[in-house]
Amino acid sequence: MENPYIPYPVSIDDIQIATEDKSLKTFRFVFQNKSDEEKFAYKAGQFAELSIPGLGEIPIGIASSPTEKGFVTFTVFKTGKVTSHLHTMKVGDTMGIRGPLGNWYPWDTLMGKNILIIGGGFAFTTLRSSIKMMLDPSNRSVFGNIDVVYGARTPGMLLYKDELFEWGKREDINMHLTVDTEAPNWDYHVGFTPAITEKVAPKASDDTYAIVCGPPIMIKFTLPVLEKLGYKHDHIIMSLENRMKCGIGMCGRCNIGTELVCKDGPIFTLSDINKTPKEY
Amino acid sequence: MINYTENIRKISGDLLKSGKVDVVIGYKKGTLPGINEPFLARTPEDAQKLVWDSQCRLNLANYLTNRKENVGIVAKGCDSRNIATHIIEHRVTREQVTVIGVPCTGMTDKNKLRELAGGEITALTEKDGIITVTSRHGEKTVEKQDLLQSNCANCLHRNPVINDIPCADPVPEINTARNDAEIKAIEAMSPADKWAFFEDLLSTCTRCYACKNACPLCYCPTCFVDESRPQWVGKGDDPIDVRTYHTLRAFHCAGRCTDCGACEAACPMNIKVRLLTGKMEKSCFERYGWEAGLNTEVRPALDTFTLHDPEEFIK
Amino acid sequence: MKILHIDKASWDKGVLKSGETYRLTGPVKDKDTHAFKNLNDGELPDMGYVETKMSPKALLFPRSEVMLTYSTNPHDGNCNIMKEASKAYPPRAVIGIRPFDAKAIQLVKLNFDTEEYKDPYWLKAYEACTFVGLAINQPSITDFSTSCNTGPFDETGLDVLVVDTGHGFLAKILSTKGQAWADAAGFNIEAGADAASKITAMKKEAEANIVSKISVDKIAGKTVLELFDAGHWEDTAFGCINCGTCTFACPTCWCFDIQDETYGTQGVRIKNWDSCMTGLFTMHGSGHNPREYPYQRTRQRFMHKLKYFMDKYQEGIMCVGCGRCIKQCPANIDIREICNTMNQ
Repeated sequence: MENPYIPYPVSIDDIQIATEDKSLKTFRFVFQNKSDEEKFAYKAGQFAELSIPGLGEIPIGIASSPTEKGFVTFTVFKTGKVTSHLHTMKVGDTMGIRGPLGNWYPWDTLMGKNILIIGGGFAFTTLRSSIKMMLDPSNRSVFGNIDVVYGARTPGMLLYKDELFEWGKREDINMHLTVDTEAPNWDYHVGFTPAITEKVAPKASDDTYAIVCGPPIMIKFTLPVLEKLGYKHDHIIMSLENRMKCGIGMCGRCNIGTELVCKDGPIFTLSDINKTPKEY
Repeated sequence: MINYTENIRKISGDLLKSGKVDVVIGYKKGTLPGINEPFLARTPEDAQKLVWDSQCRLNLANYLTNRKENVGIVAKGCDSRNIATHIIEHRVTREQVTVIGVPCTGMTDKNKLRELAGGEITALTEKDGIITVTSRHGEKTVEKQDLLQSNCANCLHRNPVINDIPCADPVPEINTARNDAEIKAIEAMSPADKWAFFEDLLSTCTRCYACKNACPLCYCPTCFVDESRPQWVGKGDDPIDVRTYHTLRAFHCAGRCTDCGACEAACPMNIKVRLLTGKMEKSCFERYGWEAGLNTEVRPALDTFTLHDPEEFIK
Repeated sequence: MKILHIDKASWDKGVLKSGETYRLTGPVKDKDTHAFKNLNDGELPDMGYVETKMSPKALLFPRSEVMLTYSTNPHDGNCNIMKEASKAYPPRAVIGIRPFDAKAIQLVKLNFDTEEYKDPYWLKAYEACTFVGLAINQPSITDFSTSCNTGPFDETGLDVLVVDTGHGFLAKILSTKGQAWADAAGFNIEAGADAASKITAMKKEAEANIVSKISVDKIAGKTVLELFDAGHWEDTAFGCINCGTCTFACPTCWCFDIQDETYGTQGVRIKNWDSCMTGLFTMHGSGHNPREYPYQRTRQRFMHKLKYFMDKYQEGIMCVGCGRCIKQCPANIDIREICNTMNQ
């Protein structure tokens, strides 16, 4: 019987400060047993429990793409007991990863479709995984147009900045970066994500899906914009967060109605979410 | 008790009708014999569901915490003392509360009722201080006096200390001095015996926290048992953690506890947690002559300082 | 289905004999109540018991259970690597479990034994068990089990159903596991031809003595949101003090927490009972709490039991009608009343 509570042992391979305020760091992990990496086969949108003996576990979206081999990365905001400790850890340290957990963005449905990605703040991790995966030469032709609206308070708070600018130079993806207020040397949009979305989003159609991931306030103002643009609720895809422990649908705390965010989610369409209590 | 109920309904109905209060906190008849359910009456019609008898063991001041509207509240002696404590501790203001005072003749001990019945209680009636319980084994009739919770039998303040609208005339007090016999018996034990005593006392605790959740004093936004940074108490079944919880809670209630007995009444495992809080109150009384919640002016014992405070325990 | 007759003296002897093959667990007196405990050598289950305050769910789902172990000592080769705690699962006979509690285990199994994931701790403990149930001849006034797809003589989750006829026991063998236990106990005297009808008659009588009923037909027809957004919840939950009494006593409540505890450099990752009644249960790291108010937690508990579970698994409600929560609730929150309110 496979024990779903045992994390795979991993070593921290690289740590990068991800934002100017140093509240986020990106950790790259390598599996100590090569076979575990195969078992950890994941899809963009899934998450994992980062597990530190003596402190506990924390569910974090996987930021690396399934097309990137040999490691997995997570960008972690320092907030509670586990993440604060993680921020003090060093390259070479051993810890655990349990997963992959949850469902993923509905890639089967999204094949051949145009995709509008809307992200805000540090909720860009699984979106980064998704973009990286779609831009992979073996995948790019599978998808239609890709538009990305990504906003942060300041340029320094954008995650994965180097990559964002690189993608900005490409022809096969439309990047719409924005920051809340004017900043020196900033040549992109200025304004909140919902407002920029309204300006740049592609026309709604049966073949266009929006993936929205961001802080509650961004979601709150972005959804009406998408509705106004004609996006149907089953064409709006969101990733939810709730307090989790087990990550495998057993411990009982993350449900919204009948749905377990950790196992039935975290990815839901807006029409799914509309049927459940808003307990997230 | 019928009078109490009728009067509570009338007073509450009038208060709601006049708009003096927005809601009345009281009890409605329970679904089982021997227990009633705390109830929020919002309309004069709701007020007709209010009841009072000797099975109103929880402390209604617990339901008053942080309420914003004007509240009528049915309160026996100890409840009223916790309302006073709430006012001192700024959980509510004096102005927003209208106390419908119940001169209290004590609550029955749920375990004594069960023992009396000799099995599951299928019916319970109460009239003129006489309680009749029915079970498969027949009917038993006893004077309520003999079924009282021990805190009620030893009660020093049966009449509400805040009493805006009394629902009946005051009842005579039955005690003039604290009865600390149980606490003294523990104090007299050797350290080893004490250890064994408390080990056994708390051995069945499941940490459901009914005791603290039933307690009007336990209103901290985050209880120390739930703190994670740092985590003071483990959450497994280590007896050390169980004892830490109970001991710390008792200390946290020191000088604030009115010995209402809600904690014990709430405990599904029948743990006598009042032995811990009782020791605290005994100390507060002996050292400072302090009894909690007797008025809304004086700060509680551990909240004030005078040069005459005894300090022989500082070594 | 084979029915054995066991007189009371043989019962005691046989049960003890089965203890040579099985670890025995049963109801024993514990302070002012009964509890399911592992029986010591020579100790017998109290087959005259009325009820246990805590359900026997803890046999498979202990209040606190070590799942994994670890070392944080850098000199240990396995520093910071989690290992499964070693645990033995010898065959266990659970004697005297009530039919509704055995049924509850079947409901809890839906949570711990899924297609995608299996909780090895729960499942191994479950597989090691033989459930020798004791029918309820005199249901409590809070017993509404017949409204919950079970009842005082329900055989669903049992390997053996034992019926106390007053003169002795009738033991209905319900599975090969049950037969194996009877063999180990040396019970082999088949009861007379009238045994089956005797059990049926006693079952009918017991069921007829059940005075509590609930109905969920209208709940089934309503949407989750209709029930969730109904205006009554704040008032329904008013008396609730949000303690864990009901969730801990409940045979079907399965929620748990995971905690690490380190002693020096050696530690354990443990699974503890948790309760949806507490605020911490759903508190986000940001401080945001989707169930900020106490009534929302009370609502969650009853919505889960009476609606979410029903919709998710199509196996009825997540309640077996044992009545423990009704009896033990300090505030007289009564699931039957709440069910009625929801089923309006």
